[in-house]
Amino acid sequence: MTDNAHFRVLTALEHSLDPDQQVVSLGNDEDPLTLNSRVERVERIELYFPHFTDGRAYSQAYLLRRRLGFKGDLRATGDVLIDQLVQMERTGFSSAVLKEGVDPADAHRQFERFPAFYQSDLVSETSVLRCNTPKKRWS
Amino acid sequence: MYQYTEFDRDFVHRRAAQFRDQIERWQSGKLSEDDFRPLRLQNGWYVQRHAPMLRVAVPYGELSSAQLRVLARVAREYDEPEAQVYRLASDAQRKLGTVRLPTHYAHFTTRTNVQFNWIPLSKAADVMDLLASVDMHGIQTSGNCIRNISCDERAGVAPDEIADPRPFAEIMRQWTTLHPEFAFLPRKFKIAITGATEDRAATDWHDVGLHLLRNGAGELGFRISVGGGMGRTPVIGTVMREFLPWQHIMNYVEAVVRVYNRYGRRDNKYKARIKILVKAEGQRYIHEVEEEFVQIVNHDGGPHTIPQTELDRVSASFVPPKLTGRLSHLNPDALEMLKERAAQHPLFERWLQRNVALHKDPSMRIVTLSFKRLLQAPGDASADQLDLVAGLSDRFSAGEARVTHTQNLVLPWVHVDDLFMLWEAARDAGLASANVHLLTDMIACPGGDFCALANARSIPIAEAITALYQDLDELNDLGEIDLHISGCINSCGHHHSGHIGILGVDKDGKEWYQVTLGGSDGSATSGAAQPGKVIGPSFSASEVPEVVDAVILTYLSIRQSTGIRQERFIETVRRVGLDPFKAAANDVRE
Repeated sequence: MTDNAHFRVLTALEHSLDPDQQVVSLGNDEDPLTLNSRVERVERIELYFPHFTDGRAYSQAYLLRRRLGFKGDLRATGDVLIDQLVQMERTGFSSAVLKEGVDPADAHRQFERFPAFYQSDLVSETSVLRCNTPKKRWS
Repeated sequence: MYQYTEFDRDFVHRRAAQFRDQIERWQSGKLSEDDFRPLRLQNGWYVQRHAPMLRVAVPYGELSSAQLRVLARVAREYDEPEAQVYRLASDAQRKLGTVRLPTHYAHFTTRTNVQFNWIPLSKAADVMDLLASVDMHGIQTSGNCIRNISCDERAGVAPDEIADPRPFAEIMRQWTTLHPEFAFLPRKFKIAITGATEDRAATDWHDVGLHLLRNGAGELGFRISVGGGMGRTPVIGTVMREFLPWQHIMNYVEAVVRVYNRYGRRDNKYKARIKILVKAEGQRYIHEVEEEFVQIVNHDGGPHTIPQTELDRVSASFVPPKLTGRLSHLNPDALEMLKERAAQHPLFERWLQRNVALHKDPSMRIVTLSFKRLLQAPGDASADQLDLVAGLSDRFSAGEARVTHTQNLVLPWVHVDDLFMLWEAARDAGLASANVHLLTDMIACPGGDFCALANARSIPIAEAITALYQDLDELNDLGEIDLHISGCINSCGHHHSGHIGILGVDKDGKEWYQVTLGGSDGSATSGAAQPGKVIGPSFSASEVPEVVDAVILTYLSIRQSTGIRQERFIETVRRVGLDPFKAAANDVRE
C-alpha cells in the first residue's frame, strides 16, 4: 500500500481484505444524492470507473463530499489510472484500487508532481486563484 | 498582456515534467497505447495522417514577441519529419494531386491556437520544455475537457468595447486548468468570451458563449449561451441567462459543466457534445443548471465567486502599454500625412481601408497582418515569418500580437505615425494582402493533406479559389464575404458559419464537396449566428472554384443598391433565397 497523507492506494488484494460492512457501491449513472438519508451510516462508498475516460464519478465524489457531507471512505474502483490519483483525491476520493501489475512506486510519484493548483478543491485550503475562501477539507 | 507569476511558470514546467514521465512509461511499455492516448491528447499531441500533430495553447489569442520567436524556433528546429515519414507522406499526397507538403511551418487555428504538423513524438518532451521556457504549453488543447478559452482579437483595444474580457478569460483559464472534476467530460468543451458589441469570437457557436454587458442599473455581467456547436449537427447556443452578475460567472459555468458531466451522452461520440443534451432536454436542462447553481452558491458557499480584489489583481496585468519614443497623442497633422501617403501608394490606401481598424486610443490603430495569400495555406506561417512578425510586434506593437479567429494575426498597439513603415515591412514579408473580411480572407482547416479525420483536402480548394480572385478591385467590389472550408464534418474550418461554406465529403473513396450558403458567425454584418443551407448534391474538386464563381456572378447580377452602398453578398442571399444560386451552381456540373 502506498500512503499519501489523505489517500490510500490499494492493490486488488488489499482491497479484497478490507472490511466490507456498511459499504455501498454506486454505478456511475446513479444519482449520489439518493444516498442522502443513509450517508451518516455508511462507512465506505465505492465509485466505479468503467473506463478511465468516463469522468462521471468525479462529479459524484464532489457531490457526496460537499453536498451530502459524507465523511467515510470514498473509493475509486474499476479502470483506475495512476495519472488520475491526484485528480481523484482533489474531488474527494480517499482511496483507490490499482489495476493488476501497476508499480505502486509509479503511483506514489504522482502525488509529488504539483505542490498546488489553481482552483480550490476538496483537499487544499488555499488555491492560487483568490476566489472565495474554500471550505475546509471534508475530514 | 498577462504576466506569468512564479506559480504559473512553475506549474507549466511541472506539467512538462509530468508529460515526460508519461512518455517514458509509454515508451517502456508500462503505459499502453490506449491509456497513453488521452494523456497525450490533453497535452496537445495528436497522431495524424502522416505524423504527430502538436497543438499549442494561445490563451485568448495573446502572443508576446518572445513567444513568437520560440514558435519560430519550434518550426525551424523541430517541425521536420524523418526522411522515411516524409517520403511516404509525399507519395500518398501526390497521388491525390497535392504538389506542396510544407514542413517547418506553424498553423493558426480558428480557436486561436498554433499547430505543428511534423514533430516526431520522440522530440515531444523537448519541445514542451522549450515552450515552457516562454510560458507556453499544450494543456487541454485536445481531449474531452475544457479547452483553451478564445476571445475577441480586439479585446482591450476596440472602440466598441463594453468591458475588457481578458481578465475574465485569464481567471477562467486558471480555473479550468487541470480542473480535477472536468478532465473527462463526455466530449470536448469550448468557451468563448467577448466584451464588445460586435461579436468577433463566434460566441454563439460555442459550448458556452459569454458576452459582457451592462444591465439597466449599469452593472457589469454576462449574457450566457450554452450548447452551440458545429460538427454534423450544427446548433446555435441557447441563452440561459440574459444577465448574470460577473462575480458569479464561474459558479454558473461550474453548474453548466457539472450537469453536462453527469447527464451528457457517452454512448455515441457524435451525440456527446453538450448541444445534444441541451436540445434533447430543453427546459429541463436549464432547470437542472439553475438548481445546481443555487446549490453551489447557497450550500457550497459559492467557492468560485470572484471578489473585486481578485478581478483587480488580474486586471492589473492588462493595462495598456506605453509605446516608447512615440507621441501619446495624435499629432494634429498625422491624419493629413497618412492621406498623402495613401494618395501616393494605392496599395497602402487599400491596406488602410481593409486591414487597419480604429482603436480605443485615438493615436493608435489595430492592424491585421493577413496570412491569406497564394502559395501558402490559410493561417500558415513559416519559421522566418514568425521571426519577422516577432520583430514587427517589437517595433510597432509593444511586443504583442493576437491570433484571430479567422487565422490571421493582429498587432493591437500600432501608433498612427508607424502605419506606413509597418505596411512597407509587412508588404515585403508577404503579410500585407489587403483582403481582411473579403472573399480571399477565407478560413480553411488543414484538411486531407494532414488530418487523419478529413474526407477531402481543403488547402488545394483554398488555393484554387484564391488564385481566381487576385484582382483587388474586383475583390473589393464583391465586398465582405466569409468563405469557410472544412475537410470533414467535424467542421474545424467552420463551413457551417460561412456565407459560402465548403465541406469535404467522401464518395466512393473520392473527394467531393458540399456547398452551403447563408451561414453566419454572428457578427454584425453577417446577422444572427446560423448554419448555411446546402445548395444541392456535392461537387467534384475541379467544379468547386467554378461553383464559387457562378455563385458570385449570380450575386453581382441580382444585388441591389441601398443608395449609399451595394447590398452585401449575405444580404442578397437572405433576400432572394437559394434558388438563383442553385441554378447557377447546377449549370457548372460536368
